[in-house]
Amino acid sequence: MTPYVSVAIYLGVATVASLAFCILPGLLAQPRPNATKEEAYECGVEPTSVVGGRFPVRFYLIAMLFVIFDVEAASFYPWAVQMHALRAFGLGEMVTFVVTLGIGYAFVWKKGGLQWR
Amino acid sequence: MLFWFLAVALIASAVAVVTAAKPVYSVIALLAHFVTLAVVYVSLSAEFLAVTQILVYSGAILILFLFVIALLSSGVDSFEVGPDRLPKLPMPALFALVITLVAIVFSAAHAFAHVLPVITPTSQLAVGSAAAFGSVATFGAMLFTSQLLPFEITALILMVAVIGVVVLAGDHATLTPPDHERLRAIRRREREAILREGEAS
Repeated sequence: MTPYVSVAIYLGVATVASLAFCILPGLLAQPRPNATKEEAYECGVEPTSVVGGRFPVRFYLIAMLFVIFDVEAASFYPWAVQMHALRAFGLGEMVTFVVTLGIGYAFVWKKGGLQWR
Repeated sequence: MLFWFLAVALIASAVAVVTAAKPVYSVIALLAHFVTLAVVYVSLSAEFLAVTQILVYSGAILILFLFVIALLSSGVDSFEVGPDRLPKLPMPALFALVITLVAIVFSAAHAFAHVLPVITPTSQLAVGSAAAFGSVATFGAMLFTSQLLPFEITALILMVAVIGVVVLAGDHATLTPPDHERLRAIRRREREAILREGEAS
């Protein structure tokens, strides 16, 4: 477990710090709200409607592609660790893997899935 | 000892996910759940799985949840609990749950009976050292030699997912000119509706 002690310390410090950022302003600040301060943009155009409206389904397309390529990136880690031991064989495997996903990527690109219009 | 602490934390965070009043709190509870689950994986010597858990689940999927919450609702309004549509569910659900759990435990015990004795003694090496069971190095060596076919099939499945997403959601590239005209008309009407809403309020 020893290597993970530092990870645990890091996690603990991160948790405490982010909690402090959330809690301390509420304790230290002296809120004096007025109508102008409550607006979404304190010094901009007055909002004409509620912010949460309809948004294009394209967002979900980008989101799904993000998750899929994140999984792809995760599968690079074991190869990176074993790269020297596996030599050209491992390289060939990874090339096959990337080319297979590259076909999907090319399809998305061709279809205009990566363009935000 | 560690396991029981983690088990309580896991159940508590899971309950918090489904009982939280605001969706953002649900996501934060889910984050705590995922991180605790990663610790469980580390304690089971599944090092790579723990890293993937943090990277993919906490890093990607939870961020998507946050985006969806941010875009769909204001994130401030509480959920309204509707009428109970399944009032007679708890007892049959409990019954089904017990049967499923028993089936899983029995089949797992049967399937892994020959594997378990192999796994247990390997914990002599410290978790985190390169040669230990379940480390990224041994996992990689297995993945790229004896488990090569499943790995490459994963690439195929991911490619099918990529293409499926585009086919289902992103097929705007095939819009013909009349469609463009119609789209512009719809956009114009939307803008006018927004303006009218602004004048009314």
